[in-house]
Amino acid sequence: MKTRRFACHKLVLLALLSVVCLSAELVYAARVKEFNRSGQLVVTEKSAAEPQPAYDIKNRPKEKTFAVPRPPFTEGVFPCSQCHNFMPPNPQRRTLTEFHTEIVLHHAEGQRWCTDCHNLVNRDKLRLVSGELVDFTESYRLCGQCHGDKFRDWKVGVHGRRTGDWNGDKQYLLCVHCHNPHDPKFKALKPMPPPDRPGKTQH
Amino acid sequence: MSDTKKCDNHVLHKSRRKVLKSLAAGIGLIVLPGRDASASVWEEFFQKHFRELSKDELKGVIARLEKEYSKKYGKQITVKTTPPIEGVRYGYGLDLSRCIGCRRCVYGCVKENNQSRSPQVQWIRVMQLDKEKGIDLSHAEHYYNPATVPEKGHFYMPVQCQQCEKPPCTKVCPVQATWKENDGIVVVDYNWCIGCRYCMAACPYGARHFNWAKPEIPVAEINPNTHYLGNRPRPKGVVEKCTFCIQRTREQPGRYPACAEACPVGARKFGNLLDPESEIRYLIENKRVFIFKEDLNTQPKFYYFYAT
Repeated sequence: MKTRRFACHKLVLLALLSVVCLSAELVYAARVKEFNRSGQLVVTEKSAAEPQPAYDIKNRPKEKTFAVPRPPFTEGVFPCSQCHNFMPPNPQRRTLTEFHTEIVLHHAEGQRWCTDCHNLVNRDKLRLVSGELVDFTESYRLCGQCHGDKFRDWKVGVHGRRTGDWNGDKQYLLCVHCHNPHDPKFKALKPMPPPDRPGKTQH
Repeated sequence: MSDTKKCDNHVLHKSRRKVLKSLAAGIGLIVLPGRDASASVWEEFFQKHFRELSKDELKGVIARLEKEYSKKYGKQITVKTTPPIEGVRYGYGLDLSRCIGCRRCVYGCVKENNQSRSPQVQWIRVMQLDKEKGIDLSHAEHYYNPATVPEKGHFYMPVQCQQCEKPPCTKVCPVQATWKENDGIVVVDYNWCIGCRYCMAACPYGARHFNWAKPEIPVAEINPNTHYLGNRPRPKGVVEKCTFCIQRTREQPGRYPACAEACPVGARKFGNLLDPESEIRYLIENKRVFIFKEDLNTQPKFYYFYAT
């Protein structure tokens, strides 16, 4: 009887110990076991929760700005505020009948509406998803929100046309110089004349 | 009998001398330039190979050429001899996923590099290929001319001099009139070229072109900014080729080649292969790149890539 009780005690102790050990294992999840140069096992324990710097939306590094030519506005349309200042802002999705009727949205039109990119109140600015307002001359940041891969290539000069000096000042173009932001697919061009066929006497 | 024989011999002897004399005079008359021909004809005939010219001799050659061209085209034409920039090796990138085959590059090049309009010489050739077949040269079409490009189911591949690291064309030149410069550009000395066209046969890219007739360039369209090894007006009977716009790109700062500037879709990229920050290095390191006819081991410095 006595021995049985003793065994019972032992079992309980063992169970407790194993629980403690297991929990310890869980707490110190980042335990690194290494062999040092002399072949001894070294166990270093790192706290599982390394302090992370808090993401500070206000102190983000500023996006580099690029010198670009004037955006290709339709004649007389900019600044937008010259008309829009005298209109109540209407965020309602609708078919435009009076102005801007030439704009046919063919750019993820199912998910998008004018004021997703154009700021509702200050019409002379564009609006990023974060709520930040950017000028039209910085519209590449707006495009870059979705087209990050193209934006990255554009920044290093691999996407888009570059003119100027290969080892000096390069002229960048805005996305909208080649792609109509409301219908961005590059438009087909008329090809220049084909070369003369051999044997064609021309002299 | 013996007298007459003697006499005959004498006559024969005399006439042979006469013939030789008149022959010499005749040849002399033919070879001698006319009295009104300037000394430049002599100078041109006896001009040395470009790389053997001393500084003073080069100055004389350039002065002669500038005078000749300026007179011919009625405006000041400069001929530069800018040497390669130290630490520069040019590389070219062409984005096949962007090119739409509009041939703007072809005509930009013709204008910049004073290529003959008639008979037509074009350093860039654009091939229309089937998307289904890929780069299958037996299905390449050079003479496509639809209303608009790109056409459905096709892609376009412009071909020009690939500026090979191991150029087969320079190897076969019997007079060494073409060679690879230190910045990787393969050039031709038009004054040394004998027009044998061996290099054209050796080039696997069809990048070399021969002036079958006197090149015709409209006076109004001549580009007065020229380089001796590049776009200076060429005579009849010499071979010419793309030089990555040597007259532009060897300057500091140097403009992009004319074809890169003319491309409306921005498919053409240019830069220094030795500069890790350059566009060309970025695209080689980050994009899917291939070189044309890699199996020939010509090691082109013209990189076709797909940005998407």
